[in-house]
Amino acid sequence: MLDLGPHAIFIIWAYVGVIVGVVALIAYTVFDSRRVNAHLKALDARGIRRRSERNS
Amino acid sequence: MTVDLAVKKPNWFSRLANPGQFLAWSKAWILPLSILTALLFAAGLYLALFDSPPDYQMGETVRIMYIHVPNAWLSQFVYAVMAAASIGTLVWRHPLADVAAKSAAPLGAVFTGLALFSGSLWGRPTWGTFWEWDGRMTSTLILFLIYLGIIALWRAFEDQGRAGRVIAVFTLVGALDIPVVKWSVDWWNTLHQPASISLMGSEHMPPSMLIPLLVMTLAFTALFVTLHIVRIRTEIFRRRAETLERQAAASLG
Repeated sequence: MLDLGPHAIFIIWAYVGVIVGVVALIAYTVFDSRRVNAHLKALDARGIRRRSERNS
Repeated sequence: MTVDLAVKKPNWFSRLANPGQFLAWSKAWILPLSILTALLFAAGLYLALFDSPPDYQMGETVRIMYIHVPNAWLSQFVYAVMAAASIGTLVWRHPLADVAAKSAAPLGAVFTGLALFSGSLWGRPTWGTFWEWDGRMTSTLILFLIYLGIIALWRAFEDQGRAGRVIAVFTLVGALDIPVVKWSVDWWNTLHQPASISLMGSEHMPPSMLIPLLVMTLAFTALFVTLHIVRIRTEIFRRRAETLERQAAASLG
């Protein structure tokens, strides 16, 4: 087990906070991307698509 | 007389500038970049937590450096990317420049917030305080507020094209804070220590600390590049969806 000494609480909180922040950023980026893609697919299903894609 | 009717292949800059071309080439980069980022983080965290020595002055708290310095570096690097994109918007009207600037702002805000957070937790056992209104910390807080202001401005405008030009000017004015953040520790007598990595400095960090720090910095930079590409793609698709909705509404009306 890693011995972080008398200031372990500061080290642990720093790592936990940064990991939570990074994971939240990744999750939001993936969620936002999927939401926009789903919206475009819904428009496509209603026949609303770009001119270049209308005949495909 | 002969006329050359061959279509000229677009150069790399044109391919980068065209949103359709960007969507085509960037898709193939997301998975390899994600794997590279994960591998760098695995190696970096192992080196930082299990394979690097405690500092002779700070002891084990030096391990906070391996997450604080990469976030502090990105807080400035992301802003430099936004400033370069702003020049692209204002000078060349690069069609992807304002999309790149808009997509980078929330990433920069999060990295700056994490730099302030981890720095504050590092400061308490090292200096005896979570916060001090010295040059480095105050200028970094101002940078964080500038990021938030830019995000708020993007949300305030309906016309994203017009927003791009206005925010580009604001971003370039805000870039004046970057040299202050960078050199504040040299200009003023501050509580914050000088740069951790310096090519010109006389004091060099031992390789047992420098290598984990460089690996973690690369990991965070790879994370930024990956997320930035994904966010640019999302923003292009979002604008396409908005245009389609407007066209559909206009054809109905």
